[in-house]
Amino acid sequence: MNLFFYGAADPMKQFEVQKWFELPPLFGYDISFTNAAGFMLLGVVLCIAFFGYAASRGKIVPNRLQSMGEIGYGFVADMIRGTAGEEGLRFFPFVFTLFFFILFANLIGMSPYAFTTTSHLIVTGLLALLVISIVVVFGLWKNGLKFFGLFAPSLGDMPILGKLVIYAILIPIEVISFIARPLTLSLRLFANMLAGHILLKLFAGFAVTGITAGGIGLVVAPLAFGMGVALNALEFLVAGLQAYVFAILTCVYLNDALHPSH
Amino acid sequence: MYPIIIAAEAAKDAEKAASFAPFDPWHFPSQIFWLVVLFGTLYIVLSRIILPRIGSTLERRESTIASDLDEAARLNEEAVDAQKAVDVSIAKAHAKARETADKARGKIDKEIATETAKVDAEVDKKLAEAETRISALRADAMQNVEGIAVDAAASVLGKFGSKATDANLKAAVKTALEEG
Repeated sequence: MNLFFYGAADPMKQFEVQKWFELPPLFGYDISFTNAAGFMLLGVVLCIAFFGYAASRGKIVPNRLQSMGEIGYGFVADMIRGTAGEEGLRFFPFVFTLFFFILFANLIGMSPYAFTTTSHLIVTGLLALLVISIVVVFGLWKNGLKFFGLFAPSLGDMPILGKLVIYAILIPIEVISFIARPLTLSLRLFANMLAGHILLKLFAGFAVTGITAGGIGLVVAPLAFGMGVALNALEFLVAGLQAYVFAILTCVYLNDALHPSH
Repeated sequence: MYPIIIAAEAAKDAEKAASFAPFDPWHFPSQIFWLVVLFGTLYIVLSRIILPRIGSTLERRESTIASDLDEAARLNEEAVDAQKAVDVSIAKAHAKARETADKARGKIDKEIATETAKVDAEVDKKLAEAETRISALRADAMQNVEGIAVDAAASVLGKFGSKATDANLKAAVKTALEEG
């Protein structure tokens, strides 16, 4: 019964990667152009088109679209200033790219039948790894060994024995929390997008199967549909919020690289 | 028949669950490759071309607004100065007008005074003339009255049959006139 819908409504199907064009392997690896790459390309193209328009117009008195682009610019700049200070602005292009890359990917994913590039841990994991690599490399380059002061905050005046005891507890915690950063950063975005899209698909599936099943399904279907609508609104919030969280945590970590002492 | 299909679906499902799409490793190289290429492209295009332009537009707008405000302040100052200058010239004009009016009034007053004095003098002269004439006439008239009185007294005395000399009559009349 209703097995036709069972297949179509499989909530995991939307995350499947399908090849669009076969490409010759690079160093023996398959780098075919997939739906994941296609929707990523769409996000990049839209992002360039949107901000390219704002940049190329460049009028003193902006129109709405130019103003939106400039508000995005100011938003990211203020975010960096607020968390990492004026020195953080050297990473402005990076944080800007990161924020809008994720935001466009998340929002494109909200469109029906679209593929959500950020719902794959390999993508979010790579982005998080990039962030942490920049933090470590820049932190070491700028501060030298003082960068490791991040793990051992100064304790002020204290007997040497007390210091040793506190450091023995504190340093492992700090090291573990630092190592956990790329994991939490990537998992948060990945899990949010994955779970949200599964839920959306599940409630939509309930609505369809409820109607076709009849009986008690006719009662369940409208409820499931209403839930789906509410979740859709929530997912739009999550799409913006997770891009923001990713970007602002990047700023916080970059702040550690800029000013390693707590 | 149904249980068989459901079982088949379940088996397919289990197979799918075993290869959870996001963790299916076959697409990892492709994902990594395209992420590096596309993220890198986006970064280069944004950081080299787009962001500097937006930044310069924002800066240009800020400086334009600042210079416009400066210009407005300068013009305002100029306007205040011009207002002050106008006030000063108005005050000057007022003072000059008052002075001119005062001068004119003084001149007119003087003219009036001279004219009045002249007229007064003439009137005085005429009055004096008139008075002299009146007194002359009066004296004349008095002379006549004396003659008439003397004549009348002489005729009255003649009726009574007595005579008096002219000198006496005249003296008597004079006394009577002076007393009367």
